[in-house]
Amino acid sequence: MGFKETGVITREELEERGLLPSIERLEKGPIAIAECPEGIPCNICVNVCPFNAVLMDKIYDLPRIDPDKCIGCGVCVPQCPGLAMFIVDLSKPDRALITLPYEFPPEPRKGMRVKLLDRAGNVVGEGSIVKVWQYDKTWAVTVETPRDKWFEVRAIWIPEK
Amino acid sequence: MGYYYMPGDYRIIHHPIIDFRRGRRIRFYYNDRVVEAYEGESILAALYAIGYRVFSYSPDGRRPRGAFCMIGKCSSCLSIVDGVPNTRICITPVREGARVYSQKGIPEIPHKLRVEPVETKTIKTDVLVIGGGPAGLQAALTLADEGFDVVLVDDHPRLGGQLVKQTHRFFGARRFYGGVRGFRIAEKLSKNVLERDNIHVYTQALAYGFFKEGVVGVAVRGGKPLNLIVKPKAVIGSTGACERTILFENNDLPGVMGAGGAQTLMNEYGVRPGDRAFIVGSGNVGLIVAYQLLQAGVRVLGMAEILPHIGGWFVHAAKIRRLGVKIYTKHTVTRAIGRDRVEKAVISMIDEKYQPIPGSEKVFDIDLLLLAVGLQPNYSLFSQAGTVMKYVPEIGGLVPIRTYYMETSVKNLYIAGDASGIEEATTAFIEGEIAALTIALKLGDDRSGVEKRRDQLVDYLWREYRMSPVVERARRGKLKVTVSEEDMEKIRRGELDGF
Repeated sequence: MGFKETGVITREELEERGLLPSIERLEKGPIAIAECPEGIPCNICVNVCPFNAVLMDKIYDLPRIDPDKCIGCGVCVPQCPGLAMFIVDLSKPDRALITLPYEFPPEPRKGMRVKLLDRAGNVVGEGSIVKVWQYDKTWAVTVETPRDKWFEVRAIWIPEK
Repeated sequence: MGYYYMPGDYRIIHHPIIDFRRGRRIRFYYNDRVVEAYEGESILAALYAIGYRVFSYSPDGRRPRGAFCMIGKCSSCLSIVDGVPNTRICITPVREGARVYSQKGIPEIPHKLRVEPVETKTIKTDVLVIGGGPAGLQAALTLADEGFDVVLVDDHPRLGGQLVKQTHRFFGARRFYGGVRGFRIAEKLSKNVLERDNIHVYTQALAYGFFKEGVVGVAVRGGKPLNLIVKPKAVIGSTGACERTILFENNDLPGVMGAGGAQTLMNEYGVRPGDRAFIVGSGNVGLIVAYQLLQAGVRVLGMAEILPHIGGWFVHAAKIRRLGVKIYTKHTVTRAIGRDRVEKAVISMIDEKYQPIPGSEKVFDIDLLLLAVGLQPNYSLFSQAGTVMKYVPEIGGLVPIRTYYMETSVKNLYIAGDASGIEEATTAFIEGEIAALTIALKLGDDRSGVEKRRDQLVDYLWREYRMSPVVERARRGKLKVTVSEEDMEKIRRGELDGF
């Protein structure tokens, strides 16, 4: 069963397509991961990257992220039409920082405790929001997660008060 | 979840993406009861917002019917408005003091209705564009930029077509509005169109037929009724598409709705279509609507997909999967249950012959069963005009044969957008522009390198955009109905085999 059957992409499927940065690069600091495996006709990430770090020849190519140019600024996160851009930072020894897109109420705020969800919507832990910013109604939310959950966590849910 | 509703009112107050700016409060009557509504709402949206779900009955008067398409294509909401029967209240705006009655079955002729004589007006123009969605808007603007006179007609109260209900950022290149939310594109293009002196816009205006010498009749119903006779040098038909349904028990129960219909309610009018939804079909429409339902505060209990794999793009599926929405592949809906509105949906696993497997049923408690089972091009005008057509399942069914420049077998009649075969908005923009530039060229304009621009677009469409693996099926479909200029001449003379 692949991602076309499940709607959930695996580490192997990302690696096969060259969409996952190396652990060494992740440990150096934040970098973008494009979970965009199909070659959809779109190049918004190429256009919005301030560092020319996303490479694409034809509009149907997979996005290639240059590990030397990408600084993990996150500009692509709320602008990707597929909400498929994530920033992962493994430079801290005790935790991972993940920046993901968020388009639901309530408004996320720094310091909030949130549920951490994996690609199938399972709650895999809790974390804290360390940074939020918004681009045209889409939030880019940076959450602190357990370090061993850096590959799993791809969404948050803010519990009702 | 941070949503706020007035009691008994399904209007969305806070939405994460859309700011609903409602008009003046007005009152109208529904079956002699006073209904409060906001200017800008359709009659159906205003009624839905306060809890009405049944809007008509089957011809025998026995089976209640609810909202389905919400864009004036199905017949589920036919009602009597100010004495006029068979009025589609989903596209009729609310009006202070209007008297609306629900209709049971086939209505009587309103003999007593006093009707003012309808004025007939004849106008000449360079190009008539039928349909103000992405293809039509792009075509009208392109022609206006080249200095041509354009008449743009649309049967809806406002321009934008289905862009108005798309809240996600569009994919594709920035040249074709990639990165911009659909409803924002609609706002921008509509504003541009309305600002041009050489584009004459008629809304609530239905193009009802082609006549000799390229004349087109248009019934203008908004404001003072008008029978508009348009004499254009060329016509672009960008009439869009409508939603399909599928067969299953009780598929006409109120609450069984087109996915696009639900989108219209929640994203155009800010009315929550239900509380608990199940979606049939996992193409892009189904996947996008699932996400938008969650944004509107509706629970999505799952989706059924008859194929062994998800129909739409992975990125759309991933957005809802990570919020816990299940997609049941190799499943289909077999039954809806409920008295006068849907209360349960039954799905079954299917075998290799796509037949339901007994004993595999799953039941969901819902109040909304959305069908995202494909679109069908609105081909009737082309058919009436006599274009040579072909049935192509890959792009939604019956569509006219056309050249690479979007001209049909009826000379000077062009086609663009979903009417030419189901794809998506980016290709609609491109097709609209190709048709417009071709007409500009034919009408004698090559001031700004029109031919070169047109040929570059055709090249981009076929050699780059449609080369993406995710649009391979649509490309295959469009190839089956796209012919060279020479072959089209043979088709016109009846000399090409198979046509």
